[in-house]
Amino acid sequence: MSTLSLNRRHPLDFVFAVLMVLAAGFAFSRYGAHMDYYEQGILAGVTTGLIWFGWFWPAMRWFLPAAGVLALIATAAYGNDLSRAQHAFLLKYLLASQSAVMWMCVLYVMSTITYWFGMLRRSETALGIASGMSWTAALAALTALLVRWYESYLIGADVGHIPVSNLYEVFILFCLITTLMYLYYEARFKARSMGAFVLLVISAAVGFILWYSLDRQAHEIQPLIPALQSWWMKIHVPANFIGYGAFSLAAMLGVAQLLVSRNVLATRLPTYETLGDVMYKAITVGFLFFTIATILGAAWAADAWGGYWSWDPKETWALIVWLNYAAWLHVRLVKGWRGNVLAWWAVVGLLVTTFAFIGVNMFLSGLHSYGGL
Amino acid sequence: MRFAVSLLAIVAIASIIGTVLKQGQQFIDYRIEFGDFWFGIFDPIGLFDVYHASWFLAILGFLMLSTSLCIYRHAPGMVKDIRSYREHAGRNSLRLMAHHAEVEGETVVDRQAAQEYLKRAGYRWRINDANGVWLLAAKKGSAQRLGYLFAHAAIVVICIGGLMDGNLPLKLREVVGNKKAETRDIPQSKVPPESRLGTGNLSFRGNVTLPEGAVGDVVFLSEGEGYFVQDLPFALRLKQFQVDYYSTGMPKRFASTIDVLDRKDGKIIKSGVVEVNKPLVVDGIAIYQSSFGDGGSALQFTAWDLGGGGESKLNATSKSTQNITLDGKPYTLEFGDLRVTNVENMGKPGSGDVPSGDTSTVAVNKVEQALASAQSVKSSRNLRNMGPSIQYKLRDQAGQAVEYLNYLSPFYADGATYLLAGVRKDITAQFQFIRVPLDSENKSDAYMRLRNVMLDPANYPEIARRTANKAFADGGFSSTRRDDFQSVTQAILQQFGHGGFTQIDKFIESKVPADKRAAVAQTYLKILQNATVDAMDVAQQKAGLPPLPMTAENYHFLMDSLVATSGFYEYGSPVFLQFDAFTEVKSSGFQLTRSPGEPVIFFGSILLVIGIFCMFYLREERVWLRIGDGHTLLSLAGNRRPAELDTTFAAHRNALLPAIPQGE
Repeated sequence: MSTLSLNRRHPLDFVFAVLMVLAAGFAFSRYGAHMDYYEQGILAGVTTGLIWFGWFWPAMRWFLPAAGVLALIATAAYGNDLSRAQHAFLLKYLLASQSAVMWMCVLYVMSTITYWFGMLRRSETALGIASGMSWTAALAALTALLVRWYESYLIGADVGHIPVSNLYEVFILFCLITTLMYLYYEARFKARSMGAFVLLVISAAVGFILWYSLDRQAHEIQPLIPALQSWWMKIHVPANFIGYGAFSLAAMLGVAQLLVSRNVLATRLPTYETLGDVMYKAITVGFLFFTIATILGAAWAADAWGGYWSWDPKETWALIVWLNYAAWLHVRLVKGWRGNVLAWWAVVGLLVTTFAFIGVNMFLSGLHSYGGL
Repeated sequence: MRFAVSLLAIVAIASIIGTVLKQGQQFIDYRIEFGDFWFGIFDPIGLFDVYHASWFLAILGFLMLSTSLCIYRHAPGMVKDIRSYREHAGRNSLRLMAHHAEVEGETVVDRQAAQEYLKRAGYRWRINDANGVWLLAAKKGSAQRLGYLFAHAAIVVICIGGLMDGNLPLKLREVVGNKKAETRDIPQSKVPPESRLGTGNLSFRGNVTLPEGAVGDVVFLSEGEGYFVQDLPFALRLKQFQVDYYSTGMPKRFASTIDVLDRKDGKIIKSGVVEVNKPLVVDGIAIYQSSFGDGGSALQFTAWDLGGGGESKLNATSKSTQNITLDGKPYTLEFGDLRVTNVENMGKPGSGDVPSGDTSTVAVNKVEQALASAQSVKSSRNLRNMGPSIQYKLRDQAGQAVEYLNYLSPFYADGATYLLAGVRKDITAQFQFIRVPLDSENKSDAYMRLRNVMLDPANYPEIARRTANKAFADGGFSSTRRDDFQSVTQAILQQFGHGGFTQIDKFIESKVPADKRAAVAQTYLKILQNATVDAMDVAQQKAGLPPLPMTAENYHFLMDSLVATSGFYEYGSPVFLQFDAFTEVKSSGFQLTRSPGEPVIFFGSILLVIGIFCMFYLREERVWLRIGDGHTLLSLAGNRRPAELDTTFAAHRNALLPAIPQGE
């Protein structure tokens, strides 16, 4: 149990906290004049949140600063000139957001293969390497998002916005969040072979990103339409993706659990109970954040659309997803269900979630049409 | 429970239907889409407005009731349980717990130290010291159970909030019969009282569209096939509506500058700007920016008579209908919205020149291109603002309409300028454009002069004479052939004047054997082109203007004129309305809502989040330390995973029963 009492903190925790406060102070001294009260509040909230995150999960004490440093190197390399992405070596091959995304894609695919290899050959070394590749891919994803944020301002001061505004950007966010959640459970339960399954869903997302970028030029940064110009977006979308990420993670563990129950890969995967446990934990996290995200969405809708609930297809599907997992948790907690039924249910839950996430944008029209394909 | 789950499933399925079937459309559209038979089934069960159907609301109401009952049944016991320390637990029941340890002796534990340890570990406790037994009952994380209550109460609260904002009272009044939706399209002031709602209505969500400068004091609530008129406690005046654009042509900001006026004396209560994401709240009513459009702009046209060749001015107003007589027949002109900006995506720059060749090189090139463009986040789309446009329908006496789309600004292409005149005869089709070539002053006059000359048979002998003169100027032909040539030229002009290139094609098909048609068509085209040059000279001469010098640009212009003239045979209108000028009047659509349930909903939401957090992230644990009957007993109960409880219990035993060897 990680409590946050100060006397049990690791010295590095304080180093990290000081670093975060210094970074926030620097940001404030430099941009404070442009911030309104909301934004100052957000800055303070983000700083506190990051410190908590680093204390809660020690790996974040290096991960977050590393992404920050890489992003700063990239911004320095840009020097206010977007076209340098085409010739500055560091940007062209590593740190420009699109280069970082491509690295992320490659690393995820390699990591997936290595996880499978490690699991099938029972090679701890391979699993360790796979895990390392996932960490690096996640670092690339976070760096890409940060750099893309900066790039959007280089296109035009009025174009700049947080990169969570279209399907392409949120897919990168999805990869990042799902990976981080998985890596947390991997370390917590010392069960690396789960990665073989979780990384499959991330690889699928990578496939989508590549198609979307190469075929549809979705990576181009577009300015925000008026409906999206709201600070609610900054919290509504990431909260939603913690939910989506957690549900996908749970579904893949459900698949693993079902295989184990049929004695497929049973000796190579974690135990049936561990898989069920992690699945449950993922769904509780996902459910909490999905609830918050839906409420934030309602609050935003009240500002933008004139009503907190309009039975828009996306809203309705969010409700269906919510009801689905509410029922899942109910039967587990109240009725004490365990086992394959819940695993199957989690897998079906992914289908429902995927439809709510992409299907609605593809097949149904409505107020959320800016997330369209 | 089973019943509730099935009802929940019905709600989910109904919701899904509601997302697949577009809700709240015009009833006539549904009738067309599904046919009368299915419409007759779908409509009564409310599939076109599922979320407000009475059975849907009834199910929700039932679920709310059953959740309330569930809380009512469980809450007292739970609260009692939460508050209780269970300090009267007996030795036997404590020994039955999965995690317990008992040692002999009553002095092995320092009671004070034990309490300090539990305090540090975050427990609260109560001590029961009676009948020679000292029992310390400690607990933490009891709020977990509270989470259950919170989460379920939240559902009920949210439903209540939703009901407060729903249109249930209005529905009831409809059932009782004292309110009825208006289905006729009549002026707002003529709507009878049974379709009007007073300012006392506690909750509504309605729309109103105001042109710039106009004042409105009602909103419209759509209801099935009809609407209600909701009176507002104030009046709204739109002073100005503004759209800002990004450099890419995407809209950046929609903003309405409004005044809120007192209904009685017209005094300004409040002024402000309403933007998307930035509503203005007045008197508990929130005013949102919801749409925008044309509010009826003044339009000026030059009407070119395509038959007789006359020219006149026409004034009109967008979004309005007016009568017009053309060729002695009555028509109605139905003007649509004036669109001031039309940004079109003209594709990637240079995308037209993908090298041709075998498909594999093209494919490789495409991949290379895609990879290259994947590197840059900056959009390289070729956007072009086509300028203002107006769309209108011309309807004849029989009710047949053809739709037109005319642009005001010249269109630049291939080094020349044109006016675009779009036409479509089927509403689902794309517009076909006629490019009316413009002269060096960007005017259509030169083209119209030429067209009039070319379509007037009286001019054909003169044109043919000039064409023949030029052809025989170098003396290459005999003079007998000259007459033939002249009459052929006249015939071609005649055919062209009857129906453009299509007519010439028909003419050739009827007169020339199949194997010679291509050659003859070539010759005819050449003659027609030459005749056009002469027709232009005639036109210039008639207008008292100097002839056009035969530069490449002018030749290009004449050929374009030929194409345009031919195109007008497919135009379907006896008149071409050249769009000359406009004075824009914008309109802005507002949504006004009064929703007293909103704070209730958000209170319920907060309750829900707290509830879910408590349920999943607080862990209830209870510890008992019992000293009596010559034994010291430590027990632990909790609802966490056994493995986690093992660790916790081991820690407690080490701390509380230190000196005792392990074992029970």
